[in-house]
Amino acid sequence: MKPLVVVGASLAGMSAVQSMRSGGYAGPVVVLDSSPEMPHDRPPLSKQVLAGEWDLDRAGLPMARNMSELDVDLRLGVSAVGLDPDSLQLSLSDGSTISAAGIVIATGSVPRQIPGEVPSGVFVLRTGADSLALRDELDRGPERVLVIGAGFIGAEVAATCRGRGLEVTMVEATEVPLQRVLPADLGSFVADLHRNNGVDVRLGVGLDSFLADASGAVRGVTLTDGCEIAAQVVLIGIGAVPEVSWLEDSGLALLPPQEGGGIRCDESLRAAPKVLAAGDCASWPNGSFNGERMRVEQWESALEQGTHAGKQMLFEIGAGEDPGAFSTVPWFWSDQYDAKIQMAGRADPGDEVHVVDGSVAEGRFVALFKRGDECRAALGVNRPRLAIRARMKLAETLAWDSMLELFDQ
Amino acid sequence: MKIKYDRDLCQGHNRCYLLAPELFDVDDDGYAVLLVDGEVPADLQEKANLAADNCPEYAITLVE
Ligand SMILES: Cc1cc2nc3c(=O)[nH]c(=O)nc-3n(C[C@H](O)[C@H](O)[C@H](O)COP(=O)(O)OP(=O)(O)OC[C@H]3O[C@@H](n4cnc5c(N)ncnc54)[C@H](O)[C@@H]3O)c2cc1C
Ligand code: SF4
Repeated sequence: MKPLVVVGASLAGMSAVQSMRSGGYAGPVVVLDSSPEMPHDRPPLSKQVLAGEWDLDRAGLPMARNMSELDVDLRLGVSAVGLDPDSLQLSLSDGSTISAAGIVIATGSVPRQIPGEVPSGVFVLRTGADSLALRDELDRGPERVLVIGAGFIGAEVAATCRGRGLEVTMVEATEVPLQRVLPADLGSFVADLHRNNGVDVRLGVGLDSFLADASGAVRGVTLTDGCEIAAQVVLIGIGAVPEVSWLEDSGLALLPPQEGGGIRCDESLRAAPKVLAAGDCASWPNGSFNGERMRVEQWESALEQGTHAGKQMLFEIGAGEDPGAFSTVPWFWSDQYDAKIQMAGRADPGDEVHVVDGSVAEGRFVALFKRGDECRAALGVNRPRLAIRARMKLAETLAWDSMLELFDQ
Repeated sequence: MKIKYDRDLCQGHNRCYLLAPELFDVDDDGYAVLLVDGEVPADLQEKANLAADNCPEYAITLVE
C-alpha cells in the first residue's frame, strides 16, 4: 500500500498527521523533516526558552507528544528534494524515492538571511538549536545585544534580553516598526513600548557592515547613517521566506514574492490532485476575506491548515468526507514585556484605525482597522477577552457596523 | 462527565472559548476559565469533547 507522505514534521505537518489519524485512516504514513531532531514548538523559542524559564524539552510540539500512537515512519534528517505531482513521486536527499498515495507539503518558512559571510555571534532564530545557541551567548552576559529588524521575532528577542537585564539596541530600516502591517500610529506604540523598557531604538537606518575581531567574532556593526554600535551578540530578525525552493522544478505553481510567495493552492489547500499544502508555505484564497489570497506565517493558521489538509487528504483518496473550503480569520499573539499583543484578521498600513476600547497611552486597548465598510482586523493589547471576541465576530462577518456593536455594549 | 482544566498547562490559545463558549471563558490574562462546576449538562458534552480534543496543550481532560 502506498503511504501518505507529509513533508515537514513541524506544526502544520504534525497537525495533518493527527487529523488523518483521528479521521480514521489506519494506513501507512511517512513523515520527513530536514531537521536532525524533531522540530520544536516555535513560539516559546523567542520567549520562555530564550528567557531561560523553560528547558527546550518543554517546548515540544503538542501533537508530537503521542508520537507512538500516531504510528508514523518518521525520517528525520531527510529532505524532500523533488516532487512530481502527476506520478506522486518524491525524491529525497538520501537518494531514495517514495511513491505516495498523497502528499502534504508543510515545509514552512526559513529566516531571511543577510547576504554574504557573517562573523560568529550573529544569529537567526527559527529552531530549538538556534534558541539554545543564542541563549548560551546571552548567558555569558554580553555588554550589548543588537537586534536587526523590529518585526515580531526581533521585538520579542529584544524584550526577552531586557528581561534578562541586558542592554539592547534595536535597529529597524523602516521609519516605523511593522510598517508593512500596521498603520503608523500603532507602529509607534511598539517603538515606544521598547523605548520605555530601556531599548535603544533606531528607526530608519539599516545595517551597513559587521565589525569583527581577529578570531572572527562579531564586535559590532556600522549602520547606514555612519553610526558604529558595539555589540557582542547580533540577532537578525528581518522576516522569513517560504521554503519552497525544492519545488521549483515540480511544475506546481509558486507565487512570486510580490504576490505573497508560497505555493499556490485552491480554496481546499490543493496544489494539485492529492497534493496539498499547509502552514507558512501555503497561499490560498481565504473565504473569510472575500476570497482574498493569503499566506499566513502564524501558529494558529498552521495548526488549522494542517488539520484541514489531513481531512482533505482523506477525501482525496476516498477515505473521508469532503471537509469543504478552508477559511479562517488569521490570529496572532506576541508577548513583549507586560504587553500581550493579539491580532485577528489582516491589517493594511492604509487602513483607518479606530481605538474602540481603552487607550494606547495606558497600554490597554483594542484597535479596529477599517477599510470601506469593512472591519479587516482587530488588534488587542492586554485585552485578551475582547481580542478573541473580535476574532469570533470577524469569522461571522466583516461588516463594520456589526463589529462596532460588539464594543458598544 | 466532568471537565478537568489545568491552568499550569494552559497557554492561552483560547481555542476552547472559540469552540465551546458555553463551557469556557477567557480571563484578563488571556487564560481559560472553566465555567461549569461538576457534571457537564448532556447537551454540552459534545462541545466538551470538542474543546478537549482541540486544546493543543492537553490542558483540558474529561473524566467520566
Ligand atoms: C521564534 C519564533 C517565534 C514565534 N512566535 C509566534 C507567536 O508568538 N505567535 C504566532 O502566531 N506565531 C509565532 N511564530 C510562527 C509559527 O511558529 C509558525 O507560523 C509555524 O511554526 C509554522 O509552522 P509550519 O509547520 O508551517 O512550518 P515550520 O514550523 O517552518 O516547519 C517546517 C518544517 O519543514 C522542514 N522542512 C523544510 N524543508 C524541507 C524539505 N525540503 N524536506 C523535509 N523537511 C523540510 C523544516 O525542517 C521544518 O521543521 C513564531 C516563529 C518563530 C520562529
Ligand atoms: S485551548 Fe487549551 S491552552 Fe488554549 S486557552 Fe483553552 S485550555 Fe488554554
